[in-house]
Amino acid sequence: MEPVLEIKNLSHVYGVDTPFEHVALDNVSLSVGRGEFVGLIGHTGSGKSTLIQHMNGLLKPMSGQVLFEGQDVWQNAKLTRQLRFHVGLVFQYPEYQLFEETVFQDIAFGPKNMGLSEQEIRARVLRAAGFVGITDKELEKSPFDLSGGQKRRAAIAGVIAMEPDVLILDEPTAGLDPAGRESILENIRAYQAAQGASVIMVSHSMEEIASNVDRLLVMNDSHLVMDATPQEVFAHPEELVRMGLAVPKVTQVLLRLRALGVDVPASAFTVEQAEKLLLPLVKGGSAVC
Amino acid sequence: MHNAIEIRDLRYAYPDDQAAEHVVFEDLNLDIRQGSFVAVLGHNGCGKSTLAKHLNAILLPEGGSVTVYGLDTRQEENLLAIRQQVGMVFQNPDNQIVSNVVEEDVAFAPENLGVASEEIRRRVDAALEAVGMLAYKKHAPHLLSGGQKQRVAIAGVLAMQPKTIVLDEPTAMLDPQGRQEVVSIVEKLSREQNITVVLITHHMDEAVCADRVLVMDDGKIIADGTPKEVFTQIRLLKSVGLTAPQTTLLLDALNQDGCALPLDALRVDECADALYQKIKQAKA
Repeated sequence: MEPVLEIKNLSHVYGVDTPFEHVALDNVSLSVGRGEFVGLIGHTGSGKSTLIQHMNGLLKPMSGQVLFEGQDVWQNAKLTRQLRFHVGLVFQYPEYQLFEETVFQDIAFGPKNMGLSEQEIRARVLRAAGFVGITDKELEKSPFDLSGGQKRRAAIAGVIAMEPDVLILDEPTAGLDPAGRESILENIRAYQAAQGASVIMVSHSMEEIASNVDRLLVMNDSHLVMDATPQEVFAHPEELVRMGLAVPKVTQVLLRLRALGVDVPASAFTVEQAEKLLLPLVKGGSAVC
Repeated sequence: MHNAIEIRDLRYAYPDDQAAEHVVFEDLNLDIRQGSFVAVLGHNGCGKSTLAKHLNAILLPEGGSVTVYGLDTRQEENLLAIRQQVGMVFQNPDNQIVSNVVEEDVAFAPENLGVASEEIRRRVDAALEAVGMLAYKKHAPHLLSGGQKQRVAIAGVLAMQPKTIVLDEPTAMLDPQGRQEVVSIVEKLSREQNITVVLITHHMDEAVCADRVLVMDDGKIIADGTPKEVFTQIRLLKSVGLTAPQTTLLLDALNQDGCALPLDALRVDECADALYQKIKQAKA
């Protein structure tokens, strides 16, 4: 897969030469392929936020490089500015950042900053609203009159409207009910599919990560400690727990069955996968591995 | 066992700008027994938080009544007593911490209640001990993890010695370890200190440890029972935008394929044991 975003030997230290000096990132390298859906997990304070803030140029590497389409984004100011349009970052609880008079204007803020024509801005706002399920009627409302879930969608649309090649979301479903979570994830997947965009999603829900991502990055104490498929990552439950993380509940069930002496791989992390592994065992006969 | 909270024919509506009001509750009735651990589930906007705010008189009924330990919330002279009995913990730990030192933060409520200083000392230590944060009493709250901050917020409520604690999505902003920390503290308070717990959550697996689960939809209670009774109603839960724990979903999926498994094996070990029994039978 052609890499679109690359991080090379990136390090970042907060509060250098103060008593609060803290290494947030220590020699992190990774690359994100075009169209890939990547999950990013790690305990609070593991360096996830510092990492994603480097990905769209909000933080400047203290050492190491951030490359977009092979070019160092800090080699000149123009490239750095461009990066912020190519890589869209949706913060945690983005609805707190809504500020315009109408939802339409709020979504239009990003494209306007890109210097696009009125016509193009309008087209993009409507497209972005379409991806997240904001209706025409809602576009005319004040963002503060929307429900919590719709506010979240409007805020995500504001980033999508810039049509970034890489969309980064920091816990996009935190605080939403299960149906709301699933519907936001569908919106994100729809955007990814339509634009061929890459998605990087930070989440604390292992179940959600497991059923959405192609690849999973695990941060622990400022290091990138795993970079593999969800299957490979969730095969190390003890290590994940030691890092303050967890494995999905169905994987825990399989691990417990293994401990009871059942010959079943613990490689499933969604209900469907576990169902497939267990069905032959429960119905008799042996597991197909 | 007597009731901590009694809600009778509660009516409440939020004012709306289009002159029409937004009715949340019409004739809501609910009793919460002293010492019980009640989880409240429901999609965003179903009225969970509005309910929580009625439990310690942040919101007052427009019709009907809410009685907290025999005190009517509509009577202003009851306010202080009610808020001492029912403590609240909210979603965002950063919005609930007022001091620069953990133990001072925990002392905030008893100080305001005019508790004597030796007694404050005793309560603060006991509260921090109960949430496993005594070692951090001299620390700065903003340097703690989310789970630790939330435990400090719970300690701040405990220092008032309330009989009921209402937690409104206390784990929504926490990582898995932080969630685990908070849930096990809440479970412990309920089991060991006979504190009534009302836990509002979007995480189905947190509700599994409760004695009783309430499901709300559109201001009404549509399911009320033990976790086993409620979570086995998968279709009902899905119809209101919720889901069941992954354990139940797995057992249900296998049952659809013709396996007769008990749907109510909610906890990971119960679920694995149920599967194990079936697998043994199948082999024999």
